[in-house]
Amino acid sequence: MKYELQPTLPPPANTIGVIGWMRKHLFNGPLNSIATLVLAWLAFTLLTPVIDWAFFSANWAGTTREDCTSGGACWVFVGQRIDQFLYGFYPREETWRLNLSFFLMLALILWLAIPKIPAKGIAAVLTLVVFPVVAFFLLTGGVFGLEAVDTHQWGGLSLTLVLAVVGMVASLPLGVLLALGRRSEMPIVKSLSVVYIEIWRGVPLITVLFMASVMLPLFFPEGMSFDKLLRALIGITLFQTAYMAEVVRGGLQAIPKGQYEAADSLGLGYWQKMIMIILPQALKMMIPGVVNTFIALFKDTSLVLIIGLFDLLAIVQAATNDPKWIGYATEGYVFVALVFWIFCFSMSRYSQYLEKRLQTGHGNRA
Amino acid sequence: MLRKAFIATATLSLAAAATGAQAAGTLDAVKEQGYVQCGVTSGVPGFSVPDEQGNWVGLDVDVCRAVAAAALGDASKVKYTPLNAKERFTALASGEIDLLSRVTTWTLTRDTQLGINFAGVNYYDGQGFMVKKDLGLTSVKELDGATICVQSGTTTELNMADYFRTHGLEHTPVVFDTNEQAATAFDTGRCDAFTTDLSQAYGLRTRMTDPSSVVALPEVISKEPLGPSVRQGDDQWFNIVKWSLNAMINAEELGVTSANVDEMKASSENPSVKRLLGGEAGLAEGMGISDDWAYQIVKQVGNYGESFDRNVGKDSPQNIDRGINNLWNNGGIMYAPPIR
Repeated sequence: MKYELQPTLPPPANTIGVIGWMRKHLFNGPLNSIATLVLAWLAFTLLTPVIDWAFFSANWAGTTREDCTSGGACWVFVGQRIDQFLYGFYPREETWRLNLSFFLMLALILWLAIPKIPAKGIAAVLTLVVFPVVAFFLLTGGVFGLEAVDTHQWGGLSLTLVLAVVGMVASLPLGVLLALGRRSEMPIVKSLSVVYIEIWRGVPLITVLFMASVMLPLFFPEGMSFDKLLRALIGITLFQTAYMAEVVRGGLQAIPKGQYEAADSLGLGYWQKMIMIILPQALKMMIPGVVNTFIALFKDTSLVLIIGLFDLLAIVQAATNDPKWIGYATEGYVFVALVFWIFCFSMSRYSQYLEKRLQTGHGNRA
Repeated sequence: MLRKAFIATATLSLAAAATGAQAAGTLDAVKEQGYVQCGVTSGVPGFSVPDEQGNWVGLDVDVCRAVAAAALGDASKVKYTPLNAKERFTALASGEIDLLSRVTTWTLTRDTQLGINFAGVNYYDGQGFMVKKDLGLTSVKELDGATICVQSGTTTELNMADYFRTHGLEHTPVVFDTNEQAATAFDTGRCDAFTTDLSQAYGLRTRMTDPSSVVALPEVISKEPLGPSVRQGDDQWFNIVKWSLNAMINAEELGVTSANVDEMKASSENPSVKRLLGGEAGLAEGMGISDDWAYQIVKQVGNYGESFDRNVGKDSPQNIDRGINNLWNNGGIMYAPPIR
């Protein structure tokens, strides 16, 4: 008799690899097998025409609607208009300024987002203080020999990004202040914060924008015209600040009382306590809520189309009304949906990554 | 609806009262800032829509350009402000725009209660019916018992109901949220006819599977005269806009086009043409603009017929029949007072 250790046998072939995976996840029992087959059939019948429309029988090359003959999607329309969709009515020879601002922003965001790159402090200052100033002068021009570009020429994706980025960057710090105000023990600060938050949360954004664009000019003296884009930006920021404040308040309330008391017993003042102890912990917990608000804000920017600002959606809509391209609205809307999806999905993925990275043991997922 | 109208009117009256006093001097302001601020739609085919290069084009846009050509000598000096239907009058009253040229129907209430003045009509629109050619219909009266696709919640639907009731005809309306949906439903055979304002019906026809198989019936059941408007209280500016439009119509009547305007100016013996093109000094004095104002309009924008053909008529995809928008001596009702 041999007492020799037998080599470990590999698992049976039908429990590993593709087949194993399929047995486990797709054909695990008769009911699941039927469900799998029905759903696969549904997906196939529903998706084939869509994929065929969007890719195989689509028209990609050409310059006019006569080039769209195959019956599939007419991407020629989007291709012909892509500059307009991205830059709006911004003068074509000046679009490098939009590109430069965009890439500067992208570089700064990457600097902040990728953990390996050092000097985050400098990056933060550049992003929050220097970049807005630089971008403002780059976009509006009128200084350093740059041609002035009036905001009514802004449009397309670049306008959407301006609205979204300004809204996000401005609403977060203001929201933190308001949330602290609402939890403050000073009665006036507290009641003002509550009134502000409840009023702005109680009105729809569309009303705010309408008020800003239609009613506000009536209260100004004649001759004083307030830039329409600026009015919209202020409206969006004030509105989002209220939402942000409630998200932040949620985070603040989740911090155990012991943390506050510990900070107090160390002899820290109010701001020291907040900045060094409470907010760093609270902000981490608020990530899903904050990103949720950001994504909502990004999508809400398309509401500005009702006040005659040409954001991405509005400019695509206008293009579909061009007599030369009438009837290709579907392609336009699919393009818009895709662009919005890319931005929102990236934000969502980044927030999930951040949550994981900052996970330090609080909460149930530790 | 009544309440909405009341609020709108109240707001605008307030606006008119607040700004009416300072309304004078629009021309000076325009000259100072170097451009005309013109309110347009955010995209109505043929009337005002941005083209591939981002330039605004359309019949309404040409009115803006004509006013800029007359007031500043350069048709490109226009700042376009896209407006929706609700904010258009406040934008005009508050001074955000100098001129509203945005498919706006001239009605009594708008002309008398909103603090604005209509400076003329650049397109006589009206509600009409589109049917398939192979049905062989010649009149709306033959649509007794028909199913008709229409956008819901609009005056279009009410106009149609009124018309059919007064003529003792039966019909089944099939309502849709948007005009586009109604047109598509008609195209796929859901209804016998499709109704909306004719200017839009022609635009929607271009996207049907076989546009040439669809025709408009001759009856027009509502009056929708569309035209540019200005703030009340500045008669000089009002006159400039009114006569810029009149100059375009007169130019067509006199056969002056953007192609032959230089030749006509140099050699025409027709006194009307001479007066139009600035041959008689002092005609434009009352408007405070240069004597060659109408020459600039025709040279840079074209006459009314050219503008019509280019934007909505035979040279455009919509291919709208001139119909009542033809000149008065050509079977239509476009008629401009003489320039003298």
